[in-house]
Amino acid sequence: MRIQERLHHFKGHMRGATLGLLAGVALIGGTALATPAMAKTITAVMHSGLRVLDPVITTAHITRDHGYMIYDVLVAVDENFKPQPQMADWTVSDDNLVYTFTLRDGLKFHDDAPVTAADAVASLKRWGKRDSGGQLIFDVTESLEAKDDKTIVWTLKSPFPALLDTVGKQSAVPPFIMPERVASTPPEEAITDYTGSGPFVFVEDEYQPGVSVTYRKFEDYVPRSEPASWMAGGKNVKVDEVKWVTMPDAQTGINAILSGEIDYLEQVQIDLLPLLETSEDVTVETRDELGYQTIGRMNFKHPPFDNKKIRQAAQMALSQEDVLGTLIGNPDYYKVCGAIFGCGTPLADESGSQTLTSGGDIEGAKKLLEEAGYDGTPIVLMQPTDVVSLTAQPVVAAQALRNAGFNVDMQPMDWQTLVTRRASQAKPAEGGWNIFFTNWMVPEINSPLISPMLNGRGDDAWFGWPKDDKMEELRAAFIAADTPEKQKEVAVEIQKHNMDEVLYIPLGQYASPQARSNKLTNMIPSPVPVFWNIEKAD
Amino acid sequence: MLGYIIRRILAVIPVMLIVAIFVFLLLRLTPGDPAAIIAGDAATPAQLERIRTSLGLADPLHIQFLTWAKLLFQGDLGTSLISRTPVTQMIGQRIWPTFNIAILTIALSVLIAVPMGVLAAWRHRTWVDYLVMAFSVLGFSIPVFVIGYLFIQAFSIELRWLPVQGYAAPSEGFGKFLSRAILPCLTLATIYVALIARMTRASMLEVLGEDYIRTARAKGVKETVVLFRHALRNAAVPIMTIIGTGFALLIGGVVVTESVFNIPGIGRLTVDAILARDYPVIQGMILLTSGLYVFINLLIDLSYTFFDPRIRY
Repeated sequence: MRIQERLHHFKGHMRGATLGLLAGVALIGGTALATPAMAKTITAVMHSGLRVLDPVITTAHITRDHGYMIYDVLVAVDENFKPQPQMADWTVSDDNLVYTFTLRDGLKFHDDAPVTAADAVASLKRWGKRDSGGQLIFDVTESLEAKDDKTIVWTLKSPFPALLDTVGKQSAVPPFIMPERVASTPPEEAITDYTGSGPFVFVEDEYQPGVSVTYRKFEDYVPRSEPASWMAGGKNVKVDEVKWVTMPDAQTGINAILSGEIDYLEQVQIDLLPLLETSEDVTVETRDELGYQTIGRMNFKHPPFDNKKIRQAAQMALSQEDVLGTLIGNPDYYKVCGAIFGCGTPLADESGSQTLTSGGDIEGAKKLLEEAGYDGTPIVLMQPTDVVSLTAQPVVAAQALRNAGFNVDMQPMDWQTLVTRRASQAKPAEGGWNIFFTNWMVPEINSPLISPMLNGRGDDAWFGWPKDDKMEELRAAFIAADTPEKQKEVAVEIQKHNMDEVLYIPLGQYASPQARSNKLTNMIPSPVPVFWNIEKAD
Repeated sequence: MLGYIIRRILAVIPVMLIVAIFVFLLLRLTPGDPAAIIAGDAATPAQLERIRTSLGLADPLHIQFLTWAKLLFQGDLGTSLISRTPVTQMIGQRIWPTFNIAILTIALSVLIAVPMGVLAAWRHRTWVDYLVMAFSVLGFSIPVFVIGYLFIQAFSIELRWLPVQGYAAPSEGFGKFLSRAILPCLTLATIYVALIARMTRASMLEVLGEDYIRTARAKGVKETVVLFRHALRNAAVPIMTIIGTGFALLIGGVVVTESVFNIPGIGRLTVDAILARDYPVIQGMILLTSGLYVFINLLIDLSYTFFDPRIRY
């Protein structure tokens, strides 16, 4: 009996403790949720954690986005793909050889020092050693000098009509202007001083690599008077702080925006969209209409893809609809597009892409393979398993290639292993490869000047190493074209040549929807997620 | 006893040395290139090579090892190849969330599991016992992320009692810390409660059949005293072992829970470093984890002497 009493007593204690714990949790929870969010702070979950802070050393999009927060640029491209003055206006000499940039008034670094022409010159030189477009300009540069504190004179040996477009490009590496002392860092070494002159100040004390980064409004920033348009126009900051937090789990991001803990989710996984669509507090939209292009790249160094006909057969076997349907699923967010420069861009042309955009041609591919005398050499197809946006393409492509008669050896690996292996020129059976897939933001491939896949300089070209003199001639012709019409003519030739030689296979375009709290308004459409102009309701 | 502690601490040195060499070589033999992570997709082979050289990755392996070992002897774990942040600073930022969550989880687990295990053993082969065992099996079987999502759905999204995600340090206010830590701790605790409750039950069952328990009861000692002072103390050695190794596992990083609840702990730091092939961070983390395991095992061994005075070192 005593034991039963004790047990009863013990149960009573346990019940009390449990109720106490729940009440405590409720009380604490209530307190936490009752605490108002910090006024005028935008909390955003970006597509990736920020780990590299030097926007010149890397082409990582998150670092570029960071660059646009804290740095400014001389020239910026607007939504009509036109270069516009940002930090500087310019004049061009009649012979198109001398560009004179004049810095506007009021430009100041975050350490209060004025931005000078010497800072801009040093920054452009560092960028020119790193960026492929910049390298092309510096190949024809006679001199680049600061004439006085406000004037930069860029003298060329031969005209480079696309100079302003290249200096004003938004991706992958824009020429951000840094203080001269910072820009003198060799381009292969990361900078350690993050003083910029952009609309936000990087709060170094609160930075945790890969976890969170805080930007405070730069009170002394003088925005341009024009309305904001892509990366051009007035960068009016209307909040006190922007905080980027990293959330590795997609579902957690969704839960956080639904509960009001964050204001902005840069990328939403398509399969999780239904969770947001019923919310009255969140808007799902596409901010970047151009989106991404997914591509396949073959290795020109080794059989069988050293044979043009076999490359053509592989291209003919593939169907963009199959790839995009598997990768994205929802047709609202993908577009069949055979243009190597991306649909919706000035240079877009879809010549030569008919089989890709109309479901593939397996019979045609079989015929081409037979004509080429394909001997069944296995194709090493590298399949990354840890990047969500790259898991579908290899599987769909492998099946299509098998249907056409290819002997496919699909090798699963993590992205890092793929990145290392694709740099190897060894034979596929000895650690090399034959084909892999990746994605590019459309603004990174919308011109022959910047698209890495169109480089035809053999061993100096991008992975796959095509030696294509004709492509190099066409790229030179594009550089020399001095009107948009002439540029478009050359671009069409490049499109046709690419589809014939199969330097790479465009596999279609897709957009990534974002989610924002309805408290945020006036978000400008842009391929780069920018935080100026946005207003946040209390 | 002091001699034993000193011997155990000294034994750590060769263990750590072997771990250091093994980890260094293993990482270098794994495919991957931090320079490619830094430079991005559009980098040319020449640019990659220049970055490799500037990071010291182009040096022969033995030079790289000696450079790292020299820093290590000075107490410096090196600098992250990716973020260029000192590894000690990165670990310093990330260890506290993990440590605090681990402490709270273990405390919760012990508070819940030990009475559960005692109760199950005491009421052996009754519905109480079966209930405890059923909960145990459930705790083991449901994946931790499922439990996490269920808690979030219930307490954060439906009831709106607690935040969905994030971490707040105790210095920001204990209430704020607890409001963010309680769900991840409860999630993790389900496994440890199951584990510790089973172990407690098994040990208690063994002890409760001993003569001295019967004698104590015959002498009219209170049942709670019999259970918690006589029986539990004698059953404590295996329970302590489970609690200790459980704590070490928690400190080693619980990446799934950290991801689901967005806790910036060392589990995520390690996984991110591995995916980016950030060698100094991985090396630092493995050394730290190995050291912690050795230290916690030492504490467990020492705790045996408290619970069982017959054990002497």
